[in-house]
Amino acid sequence: MELLDNIALGLSTALLITNVLYCFLGVLLGTAIGVLPGIGPTATVAMLLPITFSFEPVTALIMLAGIYYGAQYGGSTTAILINLPGESSAAVTALDGHAMARQGRAGAALAAAAIGSFVAGTLATVALAVAAPPLARVALRFGPAEYFSLVLFGLIVSIALARGTALKALAMIFLGVLLGTVGQDIYTGTPRFTFEQRELYGGIDFVSVAVGMFGVAEILRNLENQQTRTAIVSKVKNLWPTREDRRRMAGPILRGTGLGAALGVLPGGGHVLASFTSYAVEKRISKRQQEFGHGAIEGVAGPESANNAAAQTSFIPLLTLGLPAHPVMALMVGAFIVHGITPGPNVITEEPALFWGLIASMWIGNVLLVLLNLPLIGMWVRMLRIPYQVLFPMIILFASIGTYSLGFNAYDVYAIAIFGLLGYLLIKCGCEPAPLLLGFVLGPLLEENLRRALIISRGDASVFFTRPISAALLVLTVAALVITVLPAIRRRREMVFTEDE
Amino acid sequence: MSTSPRYRAAARMIAAIGVVSLAAACAGAGTGGTGGTGGTAGGETGGYPGQNITFVVPFSAGGPTDTVTRMIAEPMAAKLGGKVVVQNVEGAGGTVGAGEVARAEPDGYTVLMHHIGMSTAPALYQNLGYQPLESFEMVGLVTEVPMTIIARKDFAPATLQDLVTHVKANADKVTLANAGIGAASHLCGLLFQTATGVKVQEVPYEGTGPALTDLVGGQVDFMCDQTTNTSGQISAGEVKAYAVTTPERVKSLPDLPTTAEAGLPALEVSVWHGLYVPKGTPQDVVQKLSEALKTALADQKVVDQMAKLGTAPVPAEDATPQAHRTKLEEQLGTWAKVIADAGIKAS
Repeated sequence: MELLDNIALGLSTALLITNVLYCFLGVLLGTAIGVLPGIGPTATVAMLLPITFSFEPVTALIMLAGIYYGAQYGGSTTAILINLPGESSAAVTALDGHAMARQGRAGAALAAAAIGSFVAGTLATVALAVAAPPLARVALRFGPAEYFSLVLFGLIVSIALARGTALKALAMIFLGVLLGTVGQDIYTGTPRFTFEQRELYGGIDFVSVAVGMFGVAEILRNLENQQTRTAIVSKVKNLWPTREDRRRMAGPILRGTGLGAALGVLPGGGHVLASFTSYAVEKRISKRQQEFGHGAIEGVAGPESANNAAAQTSFIPLLTLGLPAHPVMALMVGAFIVHGITPGPNVITEEPALFWGLIASMWIGNVLLVLLNLPLIGMWVRMLRIPYQVLFPMIILFASIGTYSLGFNAYDVYAIAIFGLLGYLLIKCGCEPAPLLLGFVLGPLLEENLRRALIISRGDASVFFTRPISAALLVLTVAALVITVLPAIRRRREMVFTEDE
Repeated sequence: MSTSPRYRAAARMIAAIGVVSLAAACAGAGTGGTGGTGGTAGGETGGYPGQNITFVVPFSAGGPTDTVTRMIAEPMAAKLGGKVVVQNVEGAGGTVGAGEVARAEPDGYTVLMHHIGMSTAPALYQNLGYQPLESFEMVGLVTEVPMTIIARKDFAPATLQDLVTHVKANADKVTLANAGIGAASHLCGLLFQTATGVKVQEVPYEGTGPALTDLVGGQVDFMCDQTTNTSGQISAGEVKAYAVTTPERVKSLPDLPTTAEAGLPALEVSVWHGLYVPKGTPQDVVQKLSEALKTALADQKVVDQMAKLGTAPVPAEDATPQAHRTKLEEQLGTWAKVIADAGIKAS
């Protein structure tokens, strides 16, 4: 069978001792930078790119890819341990992951994240090997109209992220959307909410918002509580997931993988939606909805799997079409070119050893990541026992260094402080930061694609309904809205009745 | 309950985290280069460079300008006998990074790499905070990256002449993609409209990647962008290519005619890059930097790497302060007119 031949070719390339070594180096570096909030894979890959000029092309790409998906692994660690997500995907993990950590179940949460990521990475690699070229062709049929409808769908579905009153959740989403509009409008060049500060033209960085709203606000909240002021948790329960945990993880991992793999293929920002949508789906179908937000392991396993599967399949547009879905992918295009390989549809046929070697290395990288991360769990969990008065200044210090290194923009660091304070005030008012982040991430995508679709159609809004994929997504959106609203209406009716009695 | 083992464990933990973090911080941020300044001895230049030199790239890591900077950073450092750290200071079309360097200590330890955007910013931005000709000393030109006019595969016109005719006849239907206000693709698109005298509907994207994706996917009709970004798609036949915007053909795309050959000589543009230091930097330091730039551009490795990106180093006589100043003056004039005619403002 041709596929088996190809996989054999890939493995024989990826298993060369130098390639395994650089794969390990890549995932190790990726894990390290993922753990740190702020410092992302983009800067690291850019920095290492010139060093790889002297490598064999396949070795260079294996290492650079390893940094990227390794960072996805590492990103969940600080989200779970200290409520400090370094990326949009990890923000979702923080919701239930950190709640688990506070209950002394950080080990189980970290293991769920690692195992989920491994399963997702493995299955998504298979998808990549079997169906990359046709999938990429389908992804290309997504234009601005389709992305608009997809993001709208994601936004409606993800309202499930919210706890508490719907009004507060909506207010938070709108505040997030508003914050997302800060910066130079890409269509007209008009600065919005920049107050004549050129540093704000690029908009507010996601990392600053997430680190402030989650991390710093959490620290402020902890400091007012005598018990948590000494350490985050005094007692650590079992380090590993219990049998019950494992049973509850299986479904979310598989669903998350499917969802993430499908969304990751879309180069226009599908990977951003993966973890949000997975969380929403798990919460919706769970029998224990009330546990979500208070340490439901499904809320960690699902989004983490979705996120890792998406990271893996987002290589599809790059490898088969030479189109980057992400800044890191853009760097990989540069790496291809510098090594004299033209990224595009011809890579599979002209450089089969490179194409299949890279794919096989991703599976090897996932194995290495699990081997690397599982033993580290014990060490990470011990970190929670560090006296809090020692730990929290360190958290703030490293968060500031990491955020500053993003673009050497002092405003990113000021933003941490401002959003920390804002996040604290919002918690005091009973508002959750997660819907705000959702609005912040998805709002700009929604606006950008809406306006672009209308520019291309010369203002004719019917494109959203006449293009089949877009129309189907809008139908799904309406269905999701009905499902969300109906039970609420029914419940209200019941409540009215109980009050009458 | 004894607390001492806990504290010891804590100290170990913190030390471990600290080491990992700092290592990663360095990996991410260069070798720890901080702000834009850093001169100790402003007056004495005999010992230059006595410390790390920071090359500020006003765009994101990994973009074409960043790649070019990192290519020449090492051979320049070798020639200067010092260390060069590349730092990305992004924002507002490169004006944040440029402004930072303009305000930096003029001691030769803060160097700016900027591209064509240096000459368009005064027309695009109000209250720039610096003036290209007055706030900097020019070190020399680095490279001029050619641009290509490309279209979706199934777009009707076959040649550049056909394209012009088609655009004129269907001005209300055709869409022209670009990578955002002030981006090279935006400027090239403006020149195309000036050269043909037709106003077409522009579709801005946030960066070249998404714009190219939609072009390959057939969502938009055509665009003009650097060979660094387009040559892969052109040679794979995923997009249709009409012409290259330089006076000479590009080695990596030998079959592609120049705009002059294809009948539109008015459309000539390249994404030129140059090195700058703050005004007031001692002349001998500028000279040293310029010499190092020349050495780097003559380095066979640099030539090869640039060739793979579809570009080449400028000739040695252009890697000089004088040639650089001439180019900048000429470009400031060109773009002031094009941008004013198009009625575009970024702030």
